[in-house]
Amino acid sequence: MPDTLERPSTVPGGQGAASAEFLTSAPAAPRSSLRHRLADRGVEPSLLLVAPALVFVLVLFIYPFLYGVGLSFQPASGGIGLESYRDFFTDPYEFGTIWKTMRLALPAALFNVIASIPIAYKLRGRFKGKRLLATMLVVPISLGTVLVAEGLLNFAGRAGWINRFLLAIGVIDTPIALVNNYWGVLFSLIITGFPFAFLLISSYLSGIDPSLERAAALMGAGWGKRFTKIILPLLAPGLATTFMLTFVLAFSVFPSATLVGDPAGATRVISLAAYQAYAEQFNYSKASAIAIVMGVVELAVLAVVMLWRSTLYRGSTGGKG
Amino acid sequence: MSIIERIPADEDVTTKGRRAFRIVGTPSQWIVWGCVALFFVFLAGVIVSVLVNSFGTSWFDAWLPEGYTTRWYAEAWDEFDLGQVIFVTLEVALAVIVLSVLLGVPASYVLARKNFPGKKALYAVFLLPVLMPPITYGIPLATALYQAGLAGTLAGVIAANLVPAVPFVIMTMTPFIEQINPSVESAARMSGASTLNVFTRVLAPLLIPGILASCVLVLVRTVGMFELTFLTSGPTSNTLVVKLYYAMNAAGIRAQQSVDAMAVVYMAVMLVILVIALRFVNPTQLVARVRDESLE
Repeated sequence: MPDTLERPSTVPGGQGAASAEFLTSAPAAPRSSLRHRLADRGVEPSLLLVAPALVFVLVLFIYPFLYGVGLSFQPASGGIGLESYRDFFTDPYEFGTIWKTMRLALPAALFNVIASIPIAYKLRGRFKGKRLLATMLVVPISLGTVLVAEGLLNFAGRAGWINRFLLAIGVIDTPIALVNNYWGVLFSLIITGFPFAFLLISSYLSGIDPSLERAAALMGAGWGKRFTKIILPLLAPGLATTFMLTFVLAFSVFPSATLVGDPAGATRVISLAAYQAYAEQFNYSKASAIAIVMGVVELAVLAVVMLWRSTLYRGSTGGKG
Repeated sequence: MSIIERIPADEDVTTKGRRAFRIVGTPSQWIVWGCVALFFVFLAGVIVSVLVNSFGTSWFDAWLPEGYTTRWYAEAWDEFDLGQVIFVTLEVALAVIVLSVLLGVPASYVLARKNFPGKKALYAVFLLPVLMPPITYGIPLATALYQAGLAGTLAGVIAANLVPAVPFVIMTMTPFIEQINPSVESAARMSGASTLNVFTRVLAPLLIPGILASCVLVLVRTVGMFELTFLTSGPTSNTLVVKLYYAMNAAGIRAQQSVDAMAVVYMAVMLVILVIALRFVNPTQLVARVRDESLE
């Protein structure tokens, strides 16, 4: 009797678990009751599948991270204290890097996600040449920020094709500065980040059962209504995830900020400040402190998005048929 | 298999007809395609200008270089030791893919299917590395790897790249498993299949599209991953992208065309990877394929 009851309890859901408890409570032997009570709460041997990944994260992420936190409270001058943080927050040249990073990362991530939605939506059905188009859109991901920076220096530089073109058609009189400043970095973040957002969003879109939309169309909903009432609510958790991933990519911008930006001025982003403390000043405490500040600022933004995501519908999108 | 493919082909006829009708009308379609076109103009400009410069003899104030040559490639290959660098890059990528799938997929199965105390906390722990800027944990991680004697080694680079890869697999696979109908597994279990059997004979075939998708994403991310490799690699364990960064940062020491030649080699490697990957996986069709099979 207890054996047959054990299996249904693997199905998540409070009601089944409660009734199982009710049925087993009287006849169960005292020895196995703990195991059953744990199983009712979902604690069972199959949870061990998660162990390898957990150990890995603890050893290679949590431990080094805590080590870094400890290091940040041990300033280079010796002792234990908040000096590394005070150095950062009292120096406008260091403190200002937070604002410079946000100014790049937020617009880039927002643009990438918002631009991807209509394009992924339009490219959702089957049509000729779709595979080629998707492949071409995916190409820039493979390039990475370093290569895009190299290309932008050639293409958008003072003697590059963009400036030559704009001069030739008479829009401008003198070449405009598109690289080695804020715009160069923003362009590079869009060129690498947009296809990434597109790929993720279109894979989330394909997880939505098309018959849901067909059913709505059958009942007379126009495409605008179908999009806002069916696609968007089902897609919203995916959008939140995509925004977070592209924001992380943009927030930790490092190579393009040095290569195609203005690393001493407008694009001296926070990761650059941390790297300089680490590799140029050899001040590991200050480097860790800046790294922690960077993580906290970023997580604050992500926490807002996650809070919103937790209020959304999550689960089957009907795609499995 | 041929039967499966004939069913969607049937659907194609109806959707194609509808689409052809739509192209004429809506302005939104024109705006979308205009944006796509503009994006491709930029992309082509970025790629072609690197390509042209890598073959040019000298290129100053003009639309195109004065003459063409391939000597920059020979120069870059010797100077940057590209053969060895490419080998290291592929070695790192392969190790990261295999290990991250082995670690990540079982974990995402548990996260998608089971309810247990502390599940939300566990998920948060797995998400953290993806959500943290690589520099934030890269700097402490590089210091810790240095203490463990792994700084600059291949193992160190692989370990560092795994940190974002495993959570990324979990993040991609958990929603994918969530949308596979759990009653398929329940049916197998009721028929007496063991956990191992359920995994290998019921789940694995259903999971393969999702696993391939996350492999592609991990592969592309690892070969393109700059920050973590940059912080943990040494002279013998530099990947292509890190080597490229060093060459660009030391601009002026070597001819710009030679750096561009290396950039083209990097681009070619990435394109080959991408073409191979996209032969096996089309992200926008993943779930549709599962659906076709279940209709059979």
